[in-house]
Amino acid sequence: MTESHTAIREEVAKLCQQFPGEYWRAKDRDRAYPGEFVAALTEAGYLAALIPEEYGGAGLPLSGAAAILEEIQRQGGNGGACHAQMYIMGTLLRHGSDAQKAQYLPRIATGELRLQAFGVTEPTSGTDTLALKTTAVRDGDDYVVNGQKIWTSRAEHSDLMLLLARTSPRDQVAKRTDGLSVLLVDMRAAVGNGLTIRPIDTMMNHATTEVFFDNLRVPAANLIGTEGQGFRYILSGMNAERILIAAECIGDAKWFIDKASAYAKERQVFGRPIGQNQGIQFPIARAYAQMRAAELMVHDAIRQYEAGENAGAEANMAKMLAAEASWAAGEACIQTHGGFGFAAEYDIERKFRETRLYQVAPISTNLILSYVAEHVLGMPRSY
Amino acid sequence: MKILVPVKRVVDYNVKVRVKSDGTGVDLANVKMSMNPFDEIAVEEAIRLKEKGIATEIVVVSIGVQQSQETLRTALAMGADRAILVVTDVTTESLTVAKILAKVAAEEQPGLIILGKQAIDDDANQTGQMLAALLGWPQGTFASAVVPNGDRVAVTREVDGGLETVDLKLPAVVTTDLRLNEPRYASLPNIMKAKSKPLASKTPADYGVDPTPRLTITKVVEPAKRSAGTKVKTVDELIEKLKNAGAIA
Repeated sequence: MTESHTAIREEVAKLCQQFPGEYWRAKDRDRAYPGEFVAALTEAGYLAALIPEEYGGAGLPLSGAAAILEEIQRQGGNGGACHAQMYIMGTLLRHGSDAQKAQYLPRIATGELRLQAFGVTEPTSGTDTLALKTTAVRDGDDYVVNGQKIWTSRAEHSDLMLLLARTSPRDQVAKRTDGLSVLLVDMRAAVGNGLTIRPIDTMMNHATTEVFFDNLRVPAANLIGTEGQGFRYILSGMNAERILIAAECIGDAKWFIDKASAYAKERQVFGRPIGQNQGIQFPIARAYAQMRAAELMVHDAIRQYEAGENAGAEANMAKMLAAEASWAAGEACIQTHGGFGFAAEYDIERKFRETRLYQVAPISTNLILSYVAEHVLGMPRSY
Repeated sequence: MKILVPVKRVVDYNVKVRVKSDGTGVDLANVKMSMNPFDEIAVEEAIRLKEKGIATEIVVVSIGVQQSQETLRTALAMGADRAILVVTDVTTESLTVAKILAKVAAEEQPGLIILGKQAIDDDANQTGQMLAALLGWPQGTFASAVVPNGDRVAVTREVDGGLETVDLKLPAVVTTDLRLNEPRYASLPNIMKAKSKPLASKTPADYGVDPTPRLTITKVVEPAKRSAGTKVKTVDELIEKLKNAGAIA
């Protein structure tokens, strides 16, 4: 990591210190959106890290965004409330027209427009994205959208949604990956006019929703790229997402390990610190080793991504290893703390619930293993 | 008006320092270093004066190891305009620093010098006072408010009995106390801009100052561990115990 990233980490840490554990616990208890935290990050320009300078962002490479998100998690916060504002715009940046980029990116950079909702997953298709059933049918100057999405995070806290919908029936396309298109949906105008958002209560404070489309009219001008090519556009953004989520998991793991080792040194039982017992030391030391190994994979994935190589395998493996490392660190941390690990005021049980998500989202571990088996090791496709 | 802000790189305030086993000092290996918090307050105050249109330029200066450059970049990211690094590997003593700062001030001709009242590493609380004496300028130490007005500055000082306001003629030296302000964190665009702000590298010799230490540290020890206390039920019992311990007659 370069020197500037050290400076970025330090300043992000200072920002996060304005939002201590009490802040996150209150939001968690009330299942409330951490709007003040998101506003502070936005005002300080961190969510515009990846937007090119010509559109008002900082134009940082992926490693800069990874450093920001890792630091937020390391400080005990949760970037899940807004991390997508950083990377969803990548699809618009890579595949949008010059007019679309000029219209949206500068306002996404200032935070005036929030583009942090990504409508892909559906209740009946799950990870089988090509089986999605939401349709967008061209009608004059509009597309008419019908269908349903689920696990659409932050939909209630986003102005725009990047939507993947079927524009050609599955049996009428030349290639199986054709026929899906990406639309930029202005949700502010759409709610109540064909768009319904329903929050889903989950085990942690993560503003996720299900979204219903009922003859929602979206201007054809909001089509990103070429009709029918949407699946490829979405795939191209997934490596960045996986790498950034992996960086967040590394931050979580470091937070858990810092907490666990500090407590193990202080807590006295039977007249000596519990950290003197190998039964306490070893799980923490092992979690540290696991975190460092995962961190190296994250760095390698970033290096490949920034070099313009196909980072698919490394991005996937980094996400899997980092999510497993943060979970192992959480496990060691809660066990080290004994009963206190379950007390909300220690923040451990909250982080424990929050970091569990990343073995499931944005892609589950099994699908990553399938990817590695098929694309790296050349075994037959299993699904 | 130009403001000069000296800043020091010190062990981060969150670090639990450990005394080296040979008792010669504090272990600095692999320890997080940051800007002295009182200096951060000084940088913040200078930036606020610039935002109010009172200051026109903020020059930050640090005397120390090459890595003090990072501390200066932090100040530049917060909003200072340019930086001077006086590189030296020897332990910097207050008088050495004050002498170099006096020479920097003679060169830069600032209207105001704002610096931390003390650095949290050696807690000497000397540099500001020594600097004012060397320059022959008035000083307002332990400031909780700094209000420039024309060619004068009103400095509210936190003293034992409460608050005291002194009215100083500029140029002057002000040292900051904890309650002067709350320093900002830098925004991402400002961190990026700071990278291209000018940073001049100098040596003590450039200012004709010999940094060789004149003081010797004989021993550094950890504070004694507190022994356990006892609880008393009544005031009479307390007085009895204090008498027995010889604390009162």
